[in-house]
Amino acid sequence: MSRLLPFIGFMLLAGLFGFGIWWNTQHDPNAIPTPLLNKPAPAFDLPKLYEPTQTVSKADLLGKPYLLNVFASWCIECGVEHPVLEAEGPTLGVQLVGYNYKDVPADAKRWLAQHGSPYAVVIADEPGHTAIDFGVYGAPESFLIDAQGVIRYKHIGPLTPEVVAKELKPAIAALRKEKP
Amino acid sequence: MRLSSCGSGFSRDALGTLRQKASRPKPLPQGSLLRLLLAALLSLAGALHAQAIEPMPFANHAQELRFQHLTHQLRCPMCQNETLADSNAPIARDLRNQIFQMMQQGKSDDEIKQYLVARYSDFVLYDPPLTRGTWLLWFGPLLILLGGGGVVLVAIRKRGRMPANGSSGPRPPIDNGDDW
Repeated sequence: MSRLLPFIGFMLLAGLFGFGIWWNTQHDPNAIPTPLLNKPAPAFDLPKLYEPTQTVSKADLLGKPYLLNVFASWCIECGVEHPVLEAEGPTLGVQLVGYNYKDVPADAKRWLAQHGSPYAVVIADEPGHTAIDFGVYGAPESFLIDAQGVIRYKHIGPLTPEVVAKELKPAIAALRKEKP
Repeated sequence: MRLSSCGSGFSRDALGTLRQKASRPKPLPQGSLLRLLLAALLSLAGALHAQAIEPMPFANHAQELRFQHLTHQLRCPMCQNETLADSNAPIARDLRNQIFQMMQQGKSDDEIKQYLVARYSDFVLYDPPLTRGTWLLWFGPLLILLGGGGVVLVAIRKRGRMPANGSSGPRPPIDNGDDW
């Protein structure tokens, strides 16, 4: 028995490492849990990308749930996410609000012209101050905000068909169920 | 995972190697073109490096020290193995500016930390607070130390109880001639 002890110890360690590897395939180890979940979204008032003289505020968007999608033309993974938004966007049943993060407006417009725009409206945060209030630290990030302006779901990194099917759509369905 | 621009470390490394190359006395084999390229790279690395430092208009030296001290205790959400002070990620730059602004407004270190934790969770603190979720992090090493100590204690007792085998009474003192 005592001769088996080192072997058992080794197997336990191997098991632990295996678990760690499995865990990291299931979770993004760099994703930071947002403390804002199920809390009111921060107030914002940002210019529209296409009509910079007009702004969109949090109050303007109240009343209907929407998906706030943080993107930028410099963000490579946004190009990966974009076809998914184009394909799945119309089936989600909530409007998509584009949040252009720390981008040159001309670049963003060119990028959207190239890839197509799945967004009902695009707001631009060139200095990135408001994004700090949202706890944004890169792109892409997506926030599902309900009709009362509460953040109900957040995804860090690109929305993939799997994430949309397994997380985003159930979250939207949960919002619908609440509605009387 | 998202493409992160954790630039400062890279540019510093690039600068280091390039400097080494440039200061090497041997003439470069490919002549002027390579030298030109190298000079261009060197200046680029220099520019990147300069960007990472970005001087701020501190009111006095004490405030600068306070800023340095504070940003060294905070983690960059994007490049999670870098402090806010060291990171060249865009979000780190924005957060440094935000911290600087808050300092000018007379906010205390705790208020600034609270501000960041409210947006980016405890992840931004290199010194995480003791909560239910982090007690293992705090006391895990102590538990392992106690466990290891227990194993050693049991092993010593076992050995002490073992009948002395034949020749050995008290063991001769170990002297292998190393007198350092």
